[in-house]
Amino acid sequence: MKYFVLLAGAGEMPPWEELTAAEQEAGMARHAAFDEACATRPGVELLSAEALGEGSDATTLRTRGGEMVITDGPFAEIAEQIGGFYVLDAPDLDTVIELCKVLPAYDIDIRPVLDMS
Amino acid sequence: MTSTSGQSSTCPDQLIEPEQIIEEIYRAEWGRLLSLLVARTRRLDLAEDGLSEAFAKACERWPGRGMPANPSGWLFTTAYRYVVDHLRAEAVAGRKAPLLAVRAEWVPPEDLAVELADDRLHLILLCCHPALARESQSALALRLVLGTSTEQLARLFLVSRATMAARLTRAKRKIVRAGIPLGTPLGEELRNRLDEVCRTIYLAFTAGYTPMVGVELLRADLAGDAVRLAAVLHDLEPDATQVRSMLALLLLQHSRRDARQRHGRLVPLADQDRSTWHQDEIRTGLELIAEVEQQDGYAEELRLQALIAAEHASAATAPATDWAMIERYYADLDARTGSPIVRLGRAVAVAMVEGPQAGLAMLSTLEATLPAHHRVAAVRAELAQRAGELDLADASYERALTLCHNDAERAHLQEKLDALRTD
Repeated sequence: MKYFVLLAGAGEMPPWEELTAAEQEAGMARHAAFDEACATRPGVELLSAEALGEGSDATTLRTRGGEMVITDGPFAEIAEQIGGFYVLDAPDLDTVIELCKVLPAYDIDIRPVLDMS
Repeated sequence: MTSTSGQSSTCPDQLIEPEQIIEEIYRAEWGRLLSLLVARTRRLDLAEDGLSEAFAKACERWPGRGMPANPSGWLFTTAYRYVVDHLRAEAVAGRKAPLLAVRAEWVPPEDLAVELADDRLHLILLCCHPALARESQSALALRLVLGTSTEQLARLFLVSRATMAARLTRAKRKIVRAGIPLGTPLGEELRNRLDEVCRTIYLAFTAGYTPMVGVELLRADLAGDAVRLAAVLHDLEPDATQVRSMLALLLLQHSRRDARQRHGRLVPLADQDRSTWHQDEIRTGLELIAEVEQQDGYAEELRLQALIAAEHASAATAPATDWAMIERYYADLDARTGSPIVRLGRAVAVAMVEGPQAGLAMLSTLEATLPAHHRVAAVRAELAQRAGELDLADASYERALTLCHNDAERAHLQEKLDALRTD
């Protein structure tokens, strides 16, 4: 199954830009460990991994009454704190949960990716 | 997908015997057969429908044609055929639904012919996965492992039948779509998951044992289903101490079911007719808890609760209760959990040991955390009455009556208030 793993700098993990250099370095090490754990785990493949720019740099498009309205983003409060995402192939939810324990203490949403083929 | 499957009750009345046998098989074998079907087919929805269908067929046929030599095997084969037929139809229509995910190390169970093949642990863990809402976990576990009907589940959790059916369907769909896998977690993970399963079963028990709203004081049959589920889990994982403690706790509490109400009224522990307590269950509960050594985490919370229940259950009369011991267990539990409900129990115990004023003082710490709970007000009323503070007692009964939504408990509170006013 394909999973989308959304990382929010919330709870015990402050937004990335508020971290000290040393904390950022420790965070990066955990992301590297996550990559490594995915690579060595049978049946798991990391398909995509991106860090996102700050929520305050988001631009929101909404279509209302057939007209697109452009505003300052992001579109929901928690979206402000989203710092990045992974897309990975894994055999089941428990495998993804276990792998995520390696990551910094983000608030994390795991969503199955629909197979549209 | 429909969730109409439930208790098999369609057998003709004139043929009592096969009907009773089928009922017994349903009670004893539903979970084992379903767990094997799920493991073999990896389709929750079809497995459940197929097994319901097989029981319905048994009801039709067995009374007239006689029982098959191996009733469980017949039921399994009939249900399995149903699933295979539907899988084939789906394949033809090009609409194959996704299968349950399985863990990498998972091995499907052997053929049913193997004596005692049992996959219920996997089924329980699947139902009680923390990615599902706790109430859905409870309902789904009772449904799939015991075959509790949608109607009974609706009554247990105080929702409409349609709401319960939708909740079960949603939970089953999430299991498949989110990829919650079949297969036993290992080591520390299994321990954590068993803690979660215990919480889920305990929730189902308390929903039946102490309903917060409604007309019934106690739905003993439904609480009993949770006790059965705990017993199944204990059979499957006899070495898991949290499961052992939970089963002891539930047995000890459930043993008092017949004494807890009289003519639809709540009978407090002190006034219960102890001869109606189920002594066989008490014995089993005491034996179970006697073998559990001190634990940590949730396992220790369950152990302490079971020890408290054990003190009550083994007191020959109410005055013989060892309240000092109970107070010590509550103090330990309070330190571990910080739970306001535990503090409430502790206040009662403290009042028994040190007098009502000490109990009242402990209750005052609960105003902030449980302001709208009728049991806080009810306990305060009772302690105030004992302390001779009759105005406080009167006001507290009034407050408890305003907050309480269970008719039987309200009647009990009203009686106490009336008695206070006529004294």
